[in-house]
Amino acid sequence: MTRKVAIVGIGHTNFNSITPDVSWKEFMFEACQRAYMDAGINPRMDVDSFITCAEDFYEGFSIFDEFVPDQIGATLRPCCTVCGDGLYGIGNAYMQIMTGQFDIVAVEAHSKISDAVTSGDIILHAYDPLFEKPISGPVERQKYIGNPSYAIESPKPLVGKTNEKSRIHPYFLAGLEMQYYLTKTGTTEEQCAMTVVKNKKNAFKNPYAKYEANVSIDDVMGSEYLFKPLKKLDISPNVDGAVALVLASDEVAKKLDVEPIWLKGFGWSSESPWLSSRSMDADYATMASNMAYKMANIENPKKEIDIAEIDDRFSYKELQHLEALGLAKEGEAAKLLENGSLDLKGSLPINSSGGSLGIGNCFEATGLQKALEIVTQLRGHAGKRQVSDVEIGIAQSWRGIPTKSGAVAIFGR
Amino acid sequence: MRKVAVIGAGMTLFRRRLLETGKELSFLATKMAMEDCEIEKKDIDMVVMGSAPDAFDGIHMKGENLLDGAAATNKPYVRVFNGGGTGVFAPIAGWWHVASGVADIVLVVCEEKMSSCYPHPQTAFQHIWDPVVDRPLHPNLVWLFAMEMNRYMTVHNIKKEDIARVAVKNKRNAVGHPCAQLADEKITVDDVLNSEIMAWPVQRLDISPPSDGASALIICSEEKAKQFSQDPIWIDGVGWNIDSTMWTNRDLYFPRYVANAAKMAYKMSRIQDPRKEIDFAEPYDPFDYKELHHMEGLLLCDKGEAPILTREGVTQRDGDLPICPSGGLLGVGNPIAATMGQKVCELYWQLSGKAGKRQIPTDPQVGVGQAWGDIMQMGTVIVLRRG
Repeated sequence: MTRKVAIVGIGHTNFNSITPDVSWKEFMFEACQRAYMDAGINPRMDVDSFITCAEDFYEGFSIFDEFVPDQIGATLRPCCTVCGDGLYGIGNAYMQIMTGQFDIVAVEAHSKISDAVTSGDIILHAYDPLFEKPISGPVERQKYIGNPSYAIESPKPLVGKTNEKSRIHPYFLAGLEMQYYLTKTGTTEEQCAMTVVKNKKNAFKNPYAKYEANVSIDDVMGSEYLFKPLKKLDISPNVDGAVALVLASDEVAKKLDVEPIWLKGFGWSSESPWLSSRSMDADYATMASNMAYKMANIENPKKEIDIAEIDDRFSYKELQHLEALGLAKEGEAAKLLENGSLDLKGSLPINSSGGSLGIGNCFEATGLQKALEIVTQLRGHAGKRQVSDVEIGIAQSWRGIPTKSGAVAIFGR
Repeated sequence: MRKVAVIGAGMTLFRRRLLETGKELSFLATKMAMEDCEIEKKDIDMVVMGSAPDAFDGIHMKGENLLDGAAATNKPYVRVFNGGGTGVFAPIAGWWHVASGVADIVLVVCEEKMSSCYPHPQTAFQHIWDPVVDRPLHPNLVWLFAMEMNRYMTVHNIKKEDIARVAVKNKRNAVGHPCAQLADEKITVDDVLNSEIMAWPVQRLDISPPSDGASALIICSEEKAKQFSQDPIWIDGVGWNIDSTMWTNRDLYFPRYVANAAKMAYKMSRIQDPRKEIDFAEPYDPFDYKELHHMEGLLLCDKGEAPILTREGVTQRDGDLPICPSGGLLGVGNPIAATMGQKVCELYWQLSGKAGKRQIPTDPQVGVGQAWGDIMQMGTVIVLRRG
């Protein structure tokens, strides 16, 4: 492999809990336009291939791929959809460039989940229709009364008003998994709550993070149990936003007027879709990171990696993923958190952007948001939350409940 | 760029298969492809899935659901998607996995199960329209394609009989295809012209049937091809292209996106004169006029010339330029993404001489497959070459 691949442009919109003022097309346009301007390229002339990461049901269309080209500059050019998290898009862009047939590839992902009245209902359809969906049943429509900034549709554990049968929000699976993680590693609920405190605090320093808050462990512990031991504040609230990245081969990257951030390694993996025949651990993250470390020639991730953005859609997930990625030994992630190693000024800052808990759960755009933060940090443009002396960073994402699929990307200066 | 080979293919029976889930269909095709080249699950590095709208099955993240049927448990797995173009696009994605050097052996599985959509798969297509501009008109695909067909017939002054010949040819070609749903040895042009009118000029026999099925391909690097296959077929060029969402703003008589995709693929495979250098083609034929439309898009003939070639018998299996020797979608069936079986697997079977009763007699060396998707806007093209 002689070619190298660099990130040469980044762009994103504002993130917000509800965005009635813009359509998803405008979101995509804004993120892509910023990324193209950052890279100093003209999409109509310079970009060889475009990738959007989207799932039909989140978008509310049968064939979402139709609605992609115009607003990102891809009309009458090669453009496709990858049904996966944004990091999958980066991986496919990497492979396209490595074939030698493409020089510049743009990747876009977005969330316009506020258009969905009940996002829980959508997630429910991802369970196996014969064996697993009947456990849950349809979710009662939640009413958005109260604080609109918490437009997370407060998932409720048992909702039985519309039907005699008890119905469970599909996030119940995260509750089960959290219980397994706590029991297996001896981590406590308070330690998970510390993740929330840390990430929401980091979010104060990130101008586009929406759910920054000065919460204490007691606040998190005092929030309502939704899927015991998972509490309301352990769950990342939904958010809208779009992110775009431009990737280029090394020859082209050198000609552009930007500091290239190299994509050094990449990996992705999936476990079985059956709830009953797979692990409760994050083995997908282990497999994906092993592939990425190998590609990036990283032998000791703990020493070599300076900063990490790790999927934290549920508070325990950050700790679980940290261990799965080999950045902490089993059961030790919580100790690192307690001794401050994972803080902005610690030895391995995690989720300096605020993560999904601080920014919000932007669904398929989550991976790109993670990549965006790592690239910003490596460029040294992170402002108040800038971590000093960063050379290598890792972004990791998970496709969310109920999947066991995820991807990892390693970036370096 | 590394050379990429096709070494195995599999395809299930295309029918209304209510008793089997999408996972099971994927499993059947995967098993056939793996047995074809005698490789095992452990040999496969990565898996690519192709499947069209989630709405058919009502399963969100359908790719995740089909994962274990496609032998992808604990492997890197990705689903790519561009509507009807997926059948040719999934092997293109497989191609970049191998050509980039990231993987050595990749399994590509395409699955579609349309029968679970009630009352008809068309209902899933009610949600493919722009919610502001198109949806209030309550469009459906048949009338949309009727407009495109009408435009094509008007611009080139084409008679309906000449278009009906395509349906006759393909349904006859499908005789002998073990997966075929609508093969008919005795069908005539009059049968097509007398069939029920759906939305003029589209009649019932102009349309391919919705179906359930799956197909699979094994593609690999040059090194692995030597190890696992006596006679690998090479992926020589790929191309894809998308036109604007606003179909009302385009002239529908010529598919510019297919022409762009074809040019990209021909450039990659160094084809300068496609008419001379390409021995046979599998253009996407969900409607009979689409075969003609796409032959022109693939630059295999001049604009408006395709119906004349069809009338003169050039596109028959024993003609100078056989088109859809598999029987295409009109004869074999149209489970959207799974049509990789006719559009790419068939190229492999024809080029390696494994097509049985459907074998083209003239010993073809280069074949081109194409699919078409989204709202008449996506063209995906692949060129396969022998030796």
